[in-house]
Amino acid sequence: MRLRDPANTVSFTFDGQRLGGVAGEPVAAALLANGIKLVARSFKYHRPRGIMSAGSEEQNALVTIGRGAQTEPNVRATTLEVSDGLEVFSQNAWPSLKHDLMAVNDLISPFLGAGFYYKTFMWPRAFWEKVYEPIIRRAAGLGGLSGLRNEDRYEKAFAFCDVLVIGAGPAGVMAALTAGRAGADVILADEDTAMGGRLLREVEQIDGRPAVDWVADALGELQAMENVRLMTRTTVTGAYDQGTFGALERVAGPRAPDKPLECFWRIVAQRSILCAGALERPIAFPNNDRPGIMMASAVRAYVNRWGVAPGKSVTVFANNDDAHRTARDLVAAGVKVAAVIDSREEVAIAGDYPIFVGGQVTATKGRYALETITVSHAGGVREIRTDCLAMSGGWNPTVHLTCHMNGRPAWREDIASFVPTPDSIPGMVTAGACNGSFSTAACLAEGAAVAVQVARGLGRQAEAAVPVADDSAYVITPLWAVPGKGRKWIDFQNDVHVKDIKLAAQENFRSVEHMKRYTTQGMAPDQGKSSNVVALAVLADATGRGIPQTGTTTFRPPYVPVSIAAMGAGSQGKGFAPERLTTSHQVSVARGAPMIEAGLWYRPSYFPLPGETTWRQSCDREVGFVRNAVGVCDVSTLGKIDIQGPDAAALLDFVYANMFSTLRVGRVRYGLMLREDGHVLDDGTTARLAEGHFVMTTTTAAAGLVMRHLAFVLQALRPDLDARVMSVTEQWAQFAVAGPRARELLNSILDQEIGNDTWPFMACGAVSVAGVQGRLFRVSFSGEHAYEIAVPARRGESLFRMLVTQAEMLGGGPYGMEALNVLRIEKGFITHAEIHGRTTAFDIGMDRMVSLKKDCIGQAASRRPGLRDDSRAQLVGLRPLDAAEALTAGAHLFAKDAKAVRVNDLGYVTSVCYSPTLQTYLGMAFLRGGPARLGEVIRVVDHLRGIDAVAEVCDPVFLDPEGGRARG
Amino acid sequence: MRINCPNCGTRDRREFYYQGDALALDRPAPDAGPLVWDDYLHNRKNPAGETRDLWFHEAGCGAWLVVERNTLTHAIHSATLAETAIR
Repeated sequence: MRLRDPANTVSFTFDGQRLGGVAGEPVAAALLANGIKLVARSFKYHRPRGIMSAGSEEQNALVTIGRGAQTEPNVRATTLEVSDGLEVFSQNAWPSLKHDLMAVNDLISPFLGAGFYYKTFMWPRAFWEKVYEPIIRRAAGLGGLSGLRNEDRYEKAFAFCDVLVIGAGPAGVMAALTAGRAGADVILADEDTAMGGRLLREVEQIDGRPAVDWVADALGELQAMENVRLMTRTTVTGAYDQGTFGALERVAGPRAPDKPLECFWRIVAQRSILCAGALERPIAFPNNDRPGIMMASAVRAYVNRWGVAPGKSVTVFANNDDAHRTARDLVAAGVKVAAVIDSREEVAIAGDYPIFVGGQVTATKGRYALETITVSHAGGVREIRTDCLAMSGGWNPTVHLTCHMNGRPAWREDIASFVPTPDSIPGMVTAGACNGSFSTAACLAEGAAVAVQVARGLGRQAEAAVPVADDSAYVITPLWAVPGKGRKWIDFQNDVHVKDIKLAAQENFRSVEHMKRYTTQGMAPDQGKSSNVVALAVLADATGRGIPQTGTTTFRPPYVPVSIAAMGAGSQGKGFAPERLTTSHQVSVARGAPMIEAGLWYRPSYFPLPGETTWRQSCDREVGFVRNAVGVCDVSTLGKIDIQGPDAAALLDFVYANMFSTLRVGRVRYGLMLREDGHVLDDGTTARLAEGHFVMTTTTAAAGLVMRHLAFVLQALRPDLDARVMSVTEQWAQFAVAGPRARELLNSILDQEIGNDTWPFMACGAVSVAGVQGRLFRVSFSGEHAYEIAVPARRGESLFRMLVTQAEMLGGGPYGMEALNVLRIEKGFITHAEIHGRTTAFDIGMDRMVSLKKDCIGQAASRRPGLRDDSRAQLVGLRPLDAAEALTAGAHLFAKDAKAVRVNDLGYVTSVCYSPTLQTYLGMAFLRGGPARLGEVIRVVDHLRGIDAVAEVCDPVFLDPEGGRARG
Repeated sequence: MRINCPNCGTRDRREFYYQGDALALDRPAPDAGPLVWDDYLHNRKNPAGETRDLWFHEAGCGAWLVVERNTLTHAIHSATLAETAIR
């Protein structure tokens, strides 16, 4: 029922029913205004439930919004804003909210107490996964996802400030004002749509005028300050190391096509002020979960802020003074107060309604909405007709963030609550209700005082100017659970009641953490915000310990549920990893080359020609280009590291197993790099361009690793060396030109001709190509007469086009990764398939490269006996006896007549290809005692792919073992 | 988690690559013998408390840092350049 005429109404639907609401008000307010009490079914017992709170702590009123891929389950109706056309659905009910068949769970509830499934579904064991668990999961639950890909926009953002103020109630606004006036860079964040916190919901005076007016003026002043940022709809969800906070912003409120739904913030603050307020806790009395039973402060919020009366005849049940404001405000708003029940014996309460001092609510009635309550008091038992009961068991300071770094809250007997332990989060101070200071005057004073202290800590002058406000005391006599028949709910969201907790204690789950896991108390999406303290009070009672001895469970981030979509915003699909593209990318794609990922790079697999229907046809043709004419391949993805300085050669001697200081200027050498533990790190060629200037190439995969390694060696192990390293991978486009006609091709584009005498095998130097200064290296990864030519990256695309055109005129063309792989396997050249981190120089037949004339990384360890044992799996070549029989990488090796089982395992295959040059499948493998077994026939088994072949063990260099082709 | 890089100032841990114990700085002599090398390469403490380890400011200045921190409180006491770290 609305208490005042709404300014402008919009229409939304609830389970298909069209309803009127005010744009921006919570859906919960609109439902109450429309007289709708039954909003949800509970998690386990499918009990009819209504709206309980007016904030993010809501336990009952979880709804689903949207349809199809945009379905969003478990949205709290108390924070969801009404917008025109919004579709809201109830959840966890079938066929309808009113007639939910699973409500049968409630009838058999005596069998479904805490831990029932541990006891009930023990046998037969195999039934658990297949039968019991799926049934239980279907019966219990909240909303579901659509299973469709969600295209909604989410974002991530970062912010930095001097002072983060969390919560914009009286303490937070006052703290932000004080710190802001002192000139500090302030962020004030609040999860509500408007700032002011409790002051927006209460009828109070500040400095002699309505509190809401004071809030409006304060916000106006804050907005005018350039050093203050106000973030509404933003819940600070977690406190992390070194002043880092997570925060979830519900950006758009209602769905808006031009805005993301949510933004996940990381806020880094030098100091933080927690003004998170407090949450009212329920009282556990029999059947306290009927729709219409709400928190007393929530009733005030709906009446005072939203102008909605949650009932026509309201009762109040409380154990503290604060709740009496509810009756006062209802009367002022013209709503009937049927009774006020205060559980305390000796309190003086006045009001124009029936008052029961020392009374308790011992029963309630009403299936889909509250109809009557039963009150027991000194004068007897009385049944009272009421459609809304406002309850208050006192207030719990919102201490959550102070516990995110292992802090434990401290019990305060006078307010029967936990308060933060100071310095639980480095740099954080607390003020106001979250600190246990409940009156508005205390909140304002504390907010100002801590802000002054924080500002001074930042080296700023600040003054506390505190307005006059309500300073009434908060008087409470704890009442946790009311005795009597019937279930007394504590955790409404997970359907945990008093008996469950007593059962846990009885079964010796006496630790609060054990009780939590046994009963699932506090494990629902709300994480027990409202219920945990009641639960542990009941546990303390059942175990005969005090509440402080019982302690709390651990509060962990996030404070409110955060969607994975918000945390992972921008990281789906293409956004998952950065993409690195070569300068020839567009040309390759235009030629129809399928691109494959190599680390973050994209490289062409092969370049299909018309008529070719399989990749093998293209690959075989491209191999033929290189073996018979000339092929061109972009090799820019290989890491290129520029090394300069007087000690550059000494650095290379130290990081490579073999010697580099003896390399002449204008020459290239193959280098093998070890890890300190003696295993191979990487390999590649390094060219000496000048006395103190080298350029190293690394494999594509290990470029970053090697760069990091070189930096480590220089900075941490050998700071005595005068040398500098710099990655220049992005700066140079580099192309392999390989094949018998490679020099012919180059001479058609180089400004100065080259010959075998001026550019012999492994020569390098500067060249000019079409007027562009570049570098030429005579190196070969195919075993053919080959070069790599490098130009500044901006010239890469045009050089690639030029090379390809010339190659095609000479009967060749571009080749991709597939052909490159075949070419290197034919020559027995290794890649990271072979140097996979578990192989040593000994294993790959390069033991003699580890120079003993100098110290180098990995040398000491590589001399360990176990790493150079003849029984180790060592590199060999494999040729299937049937040339047409495919081998597979990953297949294992066995003696010809041995059973293919693990104990007989002799090694494994690392690389395979079909060699069009040799007309056979080939493989590279690691075989125990390999070099001694050349000529043996061995069994190759791949259990996964169903391959069982026989192959001859041979030298891994299948083609041109003398290396004459590369030198020609 | 934020690390105060001596070159760049305080930066988010996502800019850094974590290596491990700063023991790696104390490389033994080539002929120190297998036991010493075995300790250097493989044997690490797993402290609950004070640690001294190596971080690389990979997405920043490229400096290797020695970071002293506490694995229990997550407090970071210091970050110094590996170049100048006291061995």
